[in-house]
Amino acid sequence: MPRRNTRIFIGIIILTALALFLVWPRQIDVTVPGVGPFKRDVMRLGLDLQGGTELVLQADLSRLEAEDRQPAMQSVLRIIDDRVNAFGVSEPVIQQQGENRISVQLAGVKDIAEAKKLIGQTARLEFVERTFDQDGNPTDTPTGLTGADLKRASSGLHPTNNTPIVNLEFTDQGAKIFEEVTTRLAGTTGEIAIFLDNEELTSPTVKQAISGGKAYIEGGNMTLESARILAIQLNAGALPVPLVIEKERSVDATLGADSVRKSILAGEIGLGIVLLFLLLYYRLPGFLAGLALVIYTILVLTIFKLWPVTLTLAGMAGFILSVGMAIDANVLIFERMKEEARRGKTPRAAIEAGFDGAWPAVRDSNISTFITCIILIWFGNSFGATLVKGFAYTLFIGVAVSMFSAIFITRTFLRLFANSRVVENRRLFGW
Amino acid sequence: MLDFVGKRYWYFLFSALIIIPGIISLLIPPALKLGIEFSSGSSMTVAFEASIEQADLRQELENLGHAEAIIQRTGEGDFLIRTKALEPEVKDEAGTVVTPAERETVETALRDRFGPLAVLSFDSVSPTIAAGIVRNAIIAVALASVGILLYITWAFRRLPSPFRYGVCAIVAMVHDALVIVGLFSIFGKVFNIEIDSMFITGVLTIIGYSVHDTIVVFDRIRDNLTKGVSRSFEVTVNRSILETLGRSLTTGLTVLFTLLALYLFGGVTIHNFILVLLIGVVSGSYSSIFNASQLLVVWENNDIGKFIQRVRPARVPAKPRG
Repeated sequence: MPRRNTRIFIGIIILTALALFLVWPRQIDVTVPGVGPFKRDVMRLGLDLQGGTELVLQADLSRLEAEDRQPAMQSVLRIIDDRVNAFGVSEPVIQQQGENRISVQLAGVKDIAEAKKLIGQTARLEFVERTFDQDGNPTDTPTGLTGADLKRASSGLHPTNNTPIVNLEFTDQGAKIFEEVTTRLAGTTGEIAIFLDNEELTSPTVKQAISGGKAYIEGGNMTLESARILAIQLNAGALPVPLVIEKERSVDATLGADSVRKSILAGEIGLGIVLLFLLLYYRLPGFLAGLALVIYTILVLTIFKLWPVTLTLAGMAGFILSVGMAIDANVLIFERMKEEARRGKTPRAAIEAGFDGAWPAVRDSNISTFITCIILIWFGNSFGATLVKGFAYTLFIGVAVSMFSAIFITRTFLRLFANSRVVENRRLFGW
Repeated sequence: MLDFVGKRYWYFLFSALIIIPGIISLLIPPALKLGIEFSSGSSMTVAFEASIEQADLRQELENLGHAEAIIQRTGEGDFLIRTKALEPEVKDEAGTVVTPAERETVETALRDRFGPLAVLSFDSVSPTIAAGIVRNAIIAVALASVGILLYITWAFRRLPSPFRYGVCAIVAMVHDALVIVGLFSIFGKVFNIEIDSMFITGVLTIIGYSVHDTIVVFDRIRDNLTKGVSRSFEVTVNRSILETLGRSLTTGLTVLFTLLALYLFGGVTIHNFILVLLIGVVSGSYSSIFNASQLLVVWENNDIGKFIQRVRPARVPAKPRG
């Protein structure tokens, strides 16, 4: 037992050192000789902490068939992604929430009037007739054919040679215009260029005049994946999905920074009081628990960073609550140890009995917290409260690590002393 | 030995004294003062370079057609202005702006009147998003309760009637939720404190804490029942409460200290959230000892059944109306 304990102790030290290295708040980007590149990022902060803007858009899907809704949302997401990237925001977060909502988070952006105009537009699909003169200079002529004329696009395989294609299906009105255009272009070098939001998607040539409103795009070096993406993009323009900005929220970076600074200071004060209390009330075990808590904090922050968890104010609250629960686990154990020692057990036996006796309470109470967390994560997902989700994630991780910390770290530390003569000194243990 | 269990009805009375005013307040509309997240509207925090009077700001907003605006001065001397949802810009077919966004109009007007300003935060919520959130929260709580009930029943399966432990833990949890929601209903009427999604997060947190705390006391009851420390259930529960009292106080106070530090020194943005947690932690610690455990005794002793039997013979038969 003693030897095994020493090994665990060394393991904890190594783990802590590694974690400390990973969470140290400075960015590094180096190449370790023989290992490869290594990049250490800074902690990801939510909008409320670093400032920025969040928009919640609602897509109006009422005019679409049920089976078209999810593909339409997918294409809307893609379009918004393209638009936001064109806007040049670093690391935008674009997520679908529930059936028809999209949340767009733009860190660091404050003046968003321009972004809002851009993001809130319905996608515009246009078919353009492109002819070339003798020198190969293109001339684009609008055909009047737009997304409203395209019924649906889907990816599939060519019926005879099995290569990936994109099927197009036009409305009656669209079929008429399409027939005219293809009649003009058939057999020439001319192309039909397809634009989505003024960005050219593809420009196939026309083999023959197409009537009846059904066509497909083939060839080039189209793969299954690129055919699928093209179909999604075409649908985005074909299925008219008007977007409405339902909610917008912008936080000035200084307000966020101020809030962080104050809350961190407050957290430190709180933690300081708790550590002092543990030390005075429980003496040596309290000191060891304090040490375990510091290691605990480093480990939790490391997981936040590696996961990665975007840290928000609510997330910090979840973390603080988990610190409280970690302390509770230690308190439960120490109180048990004290009881066992007063009942006349030897110090070493009291330490073991304390852990064994406290374990069911720690386990059952933490599992109930896990249950709550899982339901909160579900809840956050379903109504799009990133806030609630952030809280539940940090609490979940925190409580999981707290069980590890109480049972593994504190116990290992105490066992180290249990084998020395220090345990004979009852005053050190406050027994 | 301190007798906690003997005075159980006094504790229930104390809880009732806190919860009943809250319930009465909930019955008087508006039950809760909803923040813009649930009720729709716009809210902005504005910092002015010059020092200005709240009354002047109100006057200016009234001129802009926002007599409904609620204006508060924040701790830092900034102003929090809440209005009904500000209109987005209106464009015609060709895409030219007919009416600019109302937010810009308001900002410009304030700048003209009061000089340079900075908008520190801006929130705007349309009425459609607000619907459904509260319903989802209630579903989440109900689901969490069922999950916890099942888990506790399973964890206490070796004891006679394990189901009771789950039920009592949930009753204590509902007690804590009612304390918070009731008090915030009163706070909304008296101090204008609004409910936002952080409030819902806070209530959900307390639900987690409440059950966590109750289970610790129940665990000791389980332990003592298994050891067979006393034949009397009442004595066993009393003893379990006493044995865990040290832990209950230590943990309760450490969490309270941390929250107090956050409340006093933390950022404004989390102020109301921490207040929810502060009240909830006190209530959660109280209800574990004084409600959940006592209810177990009430159930075991069949107090209510006895009470009814005692009352019944004493009842005077009603005279038929003549």
